[in-house]
Amino acid sequence: MNKPLRRIAIFCGLLVLTLLLRDNWLQYVKADSLKDDPKNRRVTIARYATPRGDIIVGGNPITGSSGSSKTGLNDLKYKRTYKNGPMWAPVTGYASQAFGATQLESLEDGILTGNDDRLFFRKTLDMITGKEQQGGNVVTTLNASAQKAAYEGLKRQGGKGAVVALEPSTGKILALASYPSYDPSSFAGNSNDDAAAWKKLQKKYNPNDPMLNRALRETYPPGSTFKVVTAAAALENGKYTSADENTDSPLPWTMPGTTTQLKNEGNIPCKNAPMRVALQYSCNTVFGKIGSDLGNDKMLEEAKKFGFDAEQFTPVRATASVFSDDMNQSQTALSSIGQYNTAATPLQMAMVASAVANDGKLMKPYMVDSLQSPNLDPVATTEPEELSRPLSPENAQILQDMMQTVVEKGTGTRAQIDGAKVGGKTGTAQHGVENSENPYAWFISYAKVADGSSPVAVAVVIEDDAANRDDISGGGLAAPIAKDVMKAVIDSKK
Amino acid sequence: MSSTTNSPTHHTSTIGAIGAPSRRNTELALLVFAVVIPVFAYANVGLAIDDKVPTGLLSYGFGLALLAGVAHLAVRKFAPYADPLLLPLATLLNGLGLVCIWRLDQSKLLQSLPAYFTAAPRQLLYTALGIALFVAVLVFLKDHRVLQRYTYISMFSALVLLILPLVPGLGANIYGAKIWINIPGLGSLQPGEFAKIVLAIFFAGYLMVKRDALALASRRFMGLYLPRGRDLGPILVVWAISILILVFETDLGTSLLFFGMFVIMLYVATERTSWIVFGLLMSAVGAVGVASIEPHVKSRVQSWLDPMHEYVLSRQGRAGHSEQAMQALWAFGSGGTMGTGWGQGHSDLIRFAANSDFILATFGEELGLAGVMAILLIYGLIVERGVRTALAARDPFGKLLAVGLSGAFALQVFVVAGGVMGLIPLTGMTMPFVAYGGSSVLANWALIGILIRISDTARRPAPTPAGNPDAEMTQVVRPS
Repeated sequence: MNKPLRRIAIFCGLLVLTLLLRDNWLQYVKADSLKDDPKNRRVTIARYATPRGDIIVGGNPITGSSGSSKTGLNDLKYKRTYKNGPMWAPVTGYASQAFGATQLESLEDGILTGNDDRLFFRKTLDMITGKEQQGGNVVTTLNASAQKAAYEGLKRQGGKGAVVALEPSTGKILALASYPSYDPSSFAGNSNDDAAAWKKLQKKYNPNDPMLNRALRETYPPGSTFKVVTAAAALENGKYTSADENTDSPLPWTMPGTTTQLKNEGNIPCKNAPMRVALQYSCNTVFGKIGSDLGNDKMLEEAKKFGFDAEQFTPVRATASVFSDDMNQSQTALSSIGQYNTAATPLQMAMVASAVANDGKLMKPYMVDSLQSPNLDPVATTEPEELSRPLSPENAQILQDMMQTVVEKGTGTRAQIDGAKVGGKTGTAQHGVENSENPYAWFISYAKVADGSSPVAVAVVIEDDAANRDDISGGGLAAPIAKDVMKAVIDSKK
Repeated sequence: MSSTTNSPTHHTSTIGAIGAPSRRNTELALLVFAVVIPVFAYANVGLAIDDKVPTGLLSYGFGLALLAGVAHLAVRKFAPYADPLLLPLATLLNGLGLVCIWRLDQSKLLQSLPAYFTAAPRQLLYTALGIALFVAVLVFLKDHRVLQRYTYISMFSALVLLILPLVPGLGANIYGAKIWINIPGLGSLQPGEFAKIVLAIFFAGYLMVKRDALALASRRFMGLYLPRGRDLGPILVVWAISILILVFETDLGTSLLFFGMFVIMLYVATERTSWIVFGLLMSAVGAVGVASIEPHVKSRVQSWLDPMHEYVLSRQGRAGHSEQAMQALWAFGSGGTMGTGWGQGHSDLIRFAANSDFILATFGEELGLAGVMAILLIYGLIVERGVRTALAARDPFGKLLAVGLSGAFALQVFVVAGGVMGLIPLTGMTMPFVAYGGSSVLANWALIGILIRISDTARRPAPTPAGNPDAEMTQVVRPS
């Protein structure tokens, strides 16, 4: 009987070996993904076990941490607090005991809780010395006064909207506002009040969808602001080589392959108008024809260079803006004036203005300047990174010249700032079936100061259900907000 | 075990059990570790949770030491040649289990549950009863071959034990599995744990008698020895019974355990590989068949296939779904390689049965991969010592009984640990010795007692070595 006994011994050994292998699979191979699974309650417990590190703007924290009520079964020691929550919510996201974390609060969770591997040494030291673990800080690139100007501007306006401001030379995000917004403090805990506040903010119960980050996650038809991209395509492809060369633009112009005439807004001098004049008056016929002549491929190539059709990670993800790749000539014409399928996030249009202002060089937008350990030593610093070159420096100069004309004597005069040269472009994008819904008011711009540098580029979009359709135009609603934001940045540099 | 004389005048050496050391002192030294390690663990839990050494440390330490001491003295007196590893290994697991149960008693989350009670003192009581049973086995069972006389009584008792949970008014349906009985005033009992031992006795007795018929009367077909139709009878009956257990008690683990134990013993008795093939085929057919029909087993299988989905459903408040499987996986993963340390994990999130069916998850989180591997290896060692005992046993009944008990022990560890770790569907059984539960502790101490008895008989020197014919037969002529 001993031969089968030995085999049984091997069989039992194999059973144990199988268990050991499974255990290694669970606790070694899969350990990290199980440990960091957001549904794993331990993640939440760890997140609130120690005072959370802060998100910092201009040296001041915009977040905080308070001891949460330790009644009953609450296994979470600390609760997140926010200063001026609604204004900063598009930047910070939220960290809620009951509802998880998003955006910076989620992406930099490791640093903020102090559990990041880069803080390992310090964490171990704290453990040995018996000190309570502390979280590190996330230092953002944002500019507090620009953010305030953006948010207050949107709030004054009252409709839904968003503002993004960038520093063209680096890609730093200076302002990132969305309206209506929400206060992440209101549901940071896990009480019934928190749950009620959360419920009230959901789109299901609140048609204004205050938790949508319109600056990064909503795409709008960019309307006439897209003409800047079309003009860049014309220059880069050598179709026209100067701002003042007469274009080949009949008026009225019937779109190729159709019997539809492309219309201009009002009676404006668009026939064979040079690009400068066409941009100043926002001629649909001129830019529509440029797009149609260049064709889908060339327009797409230029749009992609500006960042279209790709998600951006700031590191918070921004939705990809859209320029289609399968359009016929008339569709390309409509897309080239920011209609048809074309859709852009406010961040995308700020990138367009920023690339023009930075002499044709597009910098990767980012909002985390550095990560700090709890004792403020830098753990990681973001270096500015070039994303692409949509324009040659010469062509960028020409386009800047054209955009400055728009603000000097065109549709964007309300964005003028004393002591600074402002270039911009208005947009009024139609949407809805048969353009039945209220259009979006757009304004994109940049400012240049006396030394020739450009400290800020900005994009503003406003969707106003309540406003009279005729009242909406980029120049009227959006430009004043852009002006305030640019002025705030310029003033803060002085 | 072997002694070699190599004097130039005698060109022979005799191999045998003559003068085999009793190894009782080895056992004692190992027992010291088996007591000290849990005591340290106990202090560790107190320091981690309350920042102070728990007040019960001394009494707990003395209690465990006393129990181990009594068991050791009993072995020294009644089974002096027993295997020296079995008792220390079982004591270590039992001690660590007590620490873990006490640690979970401290959880605020578990304290808030309606079913909460302080389990550690009760488990200590069960341990004392278990050791008492262990001593009783050694004292009263002077020779395991006596059990052979009770072959058919064992069969009858095993059937009664298995049917008890189904008796109306006596059986208790706890979370779907009907493997418990309620004894008024005494609490609940899991008769399956005892049936495991009694069935092993029956199988050993039965197979010892029938093995020749089962092994030799067979036809060869495609390289396999096919048993005769009438010899298939017993295996079919056992198979049917385990399927019935599965259907009526809805417990996959118990069913698999009994059938697996039978196939192992049948294979050892007949040395026919065909039985293994038949066994595997039949258990596969049975398990798949029942799992696709019976709702409780079906839901266990679904929860095994997609624990995350099950977790989400349970969180949404759907009835009949449990988040435990996923919680256990998270506990293991969060422990990582080294674990969080005693008292610092959150395995109480498993809630119900955290200290019984799911106790391995707490070890996983707090002692990490290193700790769980150590515990699994301890189980492995117990099993291998058991099989070693079967090898050393001189009588077929002892061999079969030892391998049956060890095999059942191994299968139980595999089924429970595999279930908690998500390798196979969860079952309602508990980890021997570490998990909370009186039936399990008592039955497993009795099991160790029987193995120790068999190993003592196996290793005991023959009374008159000179007259042993074996010694003559194993003379080796050495070239000089």
